[in-house]
Amino acid sequence: METTTKKVIKNRVAFLDQKIPAYVPVLGITVILLLWEFVCRLNIVPPLFLPAPTAIITDGWDMISSGELLKNLIASLYRIVGGYAIGAVFGIMIGLLLGFSKWADAIFTPIVYSIYPIPKIALLPLIILWFGIGEMPKVAIIALGVFFPVLINTFSGVKGVDPSLIKAAVTFGSNHLNVIRKVILPGALPTIFAGLKLAAGTALLLLVSAEMIAAEYGIGAMVLHYGNLMITTKLMAGVLILSLLGLTFNRGLQWLERKLIPWK
Amino acid sequence: MKIVIENVEKTFTDTKKNEVLALEDINFSINEQEFVVLVGPSGCGKSTLLNIVGGLLSPTKGQVYFEGTDEDKEPTLGIVFQEIALFPWRNVFENVTYGLEERGASKKERAEKGQHYIDMVGLTGFENAFPKQLSGGMKQRAGIARALAVEPDLLLMDEPFSALDAQTRTIMQEELLTIWNRTKLSTLYVTHNIQEAVYLADRVIVLSRHPGHIKKIIQIDLPKIGREQEKYRVQFERYADEIWQLIRHDAEEALKEA
Repeated sequence: METTTKKVIKNRVAFLDQKIPAYVPVLGITVILLLWEFVCRLNIVPPLFLPAPTAIITDGWDMISSGELLKNLIASLYRIVGGYAIGAVFGIMIGLLLGFSKWADAIFTPIVYSIYPIPKIALLPLIILWFGIGEMPKVAIIALGVFFPVLINTFSGVKGVDPSLIKAAVTFGSNHLNVIRKVILPGALPTIFAGLKLAAGTALLLLVSAEMIAAEYGIGAMVLHYGNLMITTKLMAGVLILSLLGLTFNRGLQWLERKLIPWK
Repeated sequence: MKIVIENVEKTFTDTKKNEVLALEDINFSINEQEFVVLVGPSGCGKSTLLNIVGGLLSPTKGQVYFEGTDEDKEPTLGIVFQEIALFPWRNVFENVTYGLEERGASKKERAEKGQHYIDMVGLTGFENAFPKQLSGGMKQRAGIARALAVEPDLLLMDEPFSALDAQTRTIMQEELLTIWNRTKLSTLYVTHNIQEAVYLADRVIVLSRHPGHIKKIIQIDLPKIGREQEKYRVQFERYADEIWQLIRHDAEEALKEA
């Protein structure tokens, strides 16, 4: 009698859609924090260099209750939100214009690309010279840092809009303004958001740098101040706030993106 | 009203700066309520010609004009695109009524006409769906409704079903005929599918390549509805074969180039 062998075919790409339990991401961060606390409690490193997480939280709480943190945070928020909004609005508007008009593109693109590579913080002394030492130069430097990545992303987003959609709009009676408003702007929106997210990181960087160079209040000034005084716990609390600020900023943009681009 | 395509010629400049003659000596007209199909092998310039008629490309020589229109009224065009070209950020209703919106139609008129044409193409119930949520066939239905909604003086269709699978395509051809029978719009339809051309056309214009020119214009003397019936099979095949014989050599040449 003949023996038949049976070989079952298994899904060999099952690893591509593995399910990860929801607690795993929380686990990673918890283990790191516990390890950190443990190392500090054992006095392996002096607390001046690396304070324990609990110590940071305790001192952070003092800063909150004394109102010191809030005062600095509000000063920073005012600068970053103002600068970001100005930079983003101008970046989007000018990006749309450069993407749509071949004339504007030919005239302004070389100018944009020659200013773009300059690290914006290098312009701060010049801007302080122009605007003095108040809030203006800090807002201006953030706006400038946000403007360029948003502009360049908007520009490439406009260039990436499907030409057949523009043809369709024109065929069905759109004038140039409506083509920009109803086709090019929504078509470029996903790429514009990529630029906005990129710019959020730049804005935070410039905020802290500007505040460290010349500011009385602000998270950046606060971090520098406690660094000079070698109060590491309060310094770390400031850094923690910056991390939260960046995270909130990014989440906010993600939320806005989902709201504004429901068709994706 | 009649659309006249007169002495149209188009030259392109290719990447090596050579002048390429894409269309030469194109002369024909589309009568009121006539369904004209342009058929030809790839690279015969049929889409180029449709784009010229649609005002999306300028001819190097010659002109396209409407004859016998009202003095003060610009003729309206509706185009159904091969790429479908629905706006991804607008739902079906907003896509279909786009042309009406741009013409400044009232909200009430948009609602009425939009619904009328959405019903006509069989998209009732999908008014609020985004294009992404629709199948290929349904997307193109919306594309057709968008072109019909402006009630155009000339309907242009650029290989509208070429992206669809064969079964969907057959159904869409039948539906198109039903819709056309209700609207009786002057239509210029581009395809490379000979069966489709014979099935839909009052007249078939066969284009040839290098340069694109009119090889022959064939009147299809079959009743507009029901050409797929058994009793017309022989005639249908004869038309199809005649067109194939005209195109075959060119199609083979095109294959070698690609």
